[in-house]
Formats: sequence, C-alpha cells, structure tokens
Amino acid sequence: MTLRRIPWEHWFGGAGLALLLIGSYIGLFVAPPERYMGEVQRIMYVHLPCAWVSMVCFTAAFASAIGSLWTGGKKWDGALVGAIEAGVVLNVLLLIQGIVWGRATWWEGTDKWWTWDVRLTTSLLMCLLFAGVLALRAFVEDRERKASWSAVATIVAYVDVPLVYFCVRWMRSLHQPQSSPETVSSLMVTPLRINSFAVLFIAIWFIARRARIELMRRQMDEVPLPRRLTPQESAGG
Amino acid sequence: MTFLRQALAILRKDLLIEWRGRSRLFSVLLFGVVTLLLFSFAVGPDGGALEENASGFLVLALLLSSTLALSESFRLEQEQRAIEGLLLVPVDPVALYYGKVTGNTLFLFLLGPLLMPIALGLYGVPAGPETLLRLLGVWGLAAAGLSAPGSLYAAMTSRLQSRDVLLPILLFPLLVPVLVAAVKAIDLLLSGDPMGQLRDWLLLLVAFDLIYWALCGILFPQAVEER
Repeated sequence: MTLRRIPWEHWFGGAGLALLLIGSYIGLFVAPPERYMGEVQRIMYVHLPCAWVSMVCFTAAFASAIGSLWTGGKKWDGALVGAIEAGVVLNVLLLIQGIVWGRATWWEGTDKWWTWDVRLTTSLLMCLLFAGVLALRAFVEDRERKASWSAVATIVAYVDVPLVYFCVRWMRSLHQPQSSPETVSSLMVTPLRINSFAVLFIAIWFIARRARIELMRRQMDEVPLPRRLTPQESAGG
Repeated sequence: MTFLRQALAILRKDLLIEWRGRSRLFSVLLFGVVTLLLFSFAVGPDGGALEENASGFLVLALLLSSTLALSESFRLEQEQRAIEGLLLVPVDPVALYYGKVTGNTLFLFLLGPLLMPIALGLYGVPAGPETLLRLLGVWGLAAAGLSAPGSLYAAMTSRLQSRDVLLPILLFPLLVPVLVAAVKAIDLLLSGDPMGQLRDWLLLLVAFDLIYWALCGILFPQAVEER
C-alpha cells in the first residue's frame, strides 16, 4: 500500500485557511470596535492583508519575470502567471472591500462610489496594468513566446507602479491632502497580523497550484499528437 | 560603431518609407482632427468648458492618434516577415529598437505642430508663438515617453490577430503618468504657473522617458528573438 504524497503547497493552504478563521474570529468578536467608524471598521482585517499580499504577489511576479528571462526556466513562467493571477484577484477584492468600507464611512448618505484618492487610483491602475499582461498571455499561442512576452510585459508594468503613484499623488496634492494614516490599537494588531499571514499562505497555495497547472499544460503541448492511421492500417485493423 | 550605424540605417529606412508613402501621417492626422471634433461635440458648443479642458482634450487626441500610428509602425515589418529578415542580416535587435523608437518619436512629435494649432483654434484658447513652442517642447518629451513602451508593445502585438485591442489595453494604463504630466504641464503653460509646478511635471516626463528608453531597449531582444 502506498500513501499518496501530499504536495507541499497544501500545507500552506490548510494553514492559511485555519489562520484566516482564527484571525477573522478575533477581528470580528474579540477586538474592540473602532471609536469613530464603529463595527464596519472590522473590514480592515481583510482589507489591509489583501492590499499587502497583492503587492507581494506583484513583486513575486516581477522577480519571476526576471528569473524567466534570465534562465528561460519553465518553473519561473508558472510562478509568474500564478503570482499575477493571485495578485489581480486580491486587487479586485481589495477594491470591492474598499468601496464597501467607503460607502459606510466616507460616502455615507451620498451617491458617491469612488474617490480619486492616491491609494484607490493607484490600486485600480495596478489592477489594469497586470490584467493587461494576462490579456496578452491569452492571445499568444506559442509557449516559449508566451513566457518571454509575459515576462517582458510584467517588468514594464511593475516599473510603472511607482511612477503612477507619484503622478497621482501630485495630481491630488493640488486638491486635498492625503488621508491621514490610521493609528491602530494593539488589540487590533493581532488579528491584522494573523490575517496577513493567512492571506499570504493562501496566495502561496494558489500560486503553486497555478504554476503546476501551467507546467502540466506545457507538458501536454509537448506530447506528440497520435499518428493518423494509413488507409491500409485502418482497413487491416 | 556598427550599433549606431545599424540604428541610423533603420531610422533612415523608416523615414524614407514614411516620406514616400505619406499615407500614414495623413490618416493618423485625420484621425486626430476627427477626435478633436468629437470632443467638442461631446461637450457641446459651450466655449467655456472647451477652453477649460483644452489641454486634456488635446493630449487625449494626440495619445489616441499615437496609438494608431504605433500599431501601424510594426505592421509593415510583419508583412512578408520583414522583421525576421532584418534580424537575420543580422541587425542587432537593440539597434533595431532604437532606430524604430527614434523614428516613432519623430513621427509622433510631428503630430504636435499639426494638431496643436487646430486644437487651440477650435477650442478658442489664446496662445502666442512662444507658448506654442513651449507646448511643442512638452509634447516632444511626451512623444518620447509614448514611443518607448509603445514600440516594444507594438512589436509584440503586431504578430497577433487581436493587435488592435491588445495594444491600447497594454499601453493606456502604462501611459497614465505621461498623460497626466503632459496635461498638467500644457495646462500650466496655457493658464499660467503661479506656484512654479511646471518643473516637477517636466521632471516626471523626463524620468519616464529615461526609465523606459533604457528598460525597453534591454527587453526588446526578448520580445522579437526566437528562442
């Protein structure tokens, strides 16, 4: 009898899900509500982890892109596509959570759904920049070209992020000062920390799974198609 | 020295093709004029709104026509696989890139002196010849910024069926810093700069140009070479 080996990334996935449950429980029931925003502020315990980890994912994609161009290794390309997909998904979640939070606080009682704030605008543009890389990937058939082009586009997009940030900040500085940084109480730090690691582990899980799928797809492409039978063979069979 | 010679040869070839045909410049220019007109129809005949947003509309019209011009610039190389022939000669792909990007910058820059007077006239913005020269300086920096990633992406997407969709998808989010900086700088030139902010926006444009001219030159061989 052989025990099937569990792939290493599942440990990350399990740990991530467990931590997410613990962190969210503390965030929802143990930590005190925020003085001004009240209960709705608890969205922070998933909002900030999404923001941080999506940035980590894009940085990992950038590093994988360099690795992919440098070595031409297939694993780098798998890691790249996994990291970009995880980053874009977290970024979309981040935007949705931000809008929910904003509707309950900044824009309460108004018809507003969006502010051209530095962080909002930068994360929206970041999402579009990296979604563009995925769009490019979707249209390229050749595997080698898909890998090198996505790596090139990832590097070009990643370098743009600080430029976008500065340009939006300067653009906004003419109108209003940047929102002040939140001061966070120690009871709020614990769930925040736990959830950050939870989301990070889950992201690693997704990236590794996605990389495996990509490698399998490549292997599948390399398998020669079955030979068509000659008329004699099919008649004889 | 061969590097410079190759880049100049590519530039000369592109300018010659452009000059003999002249159809690309004409069609792109026409597109720009139509866009400028559409903006004024969208806003309505109210002169105030048009004048207020003139810098934004002008840069948007230039950006849209530039995207069109960039995607055209590599279509020619794809026809009958001319680019593969060029690389087999062999032309250093980096020299090929810098030849192409210089040609594209010149071409996009040329749209400025042609479209700007039309835009300023249509939108009723007063500007003397000296202001116009300064505006052209800003546009020169912006054109260099558009061409650097634009030529790289055009080289990649020109091989694909869906190039017309992909090029804007990839370029527009990337070019937001150029767009914002150019609009702000032009706006400050047209309506006065009491706070002295012009320098910062120009610096942002220069930084974008330097970063992407260097980076895309390094990455270009990966985009065109067969592995």
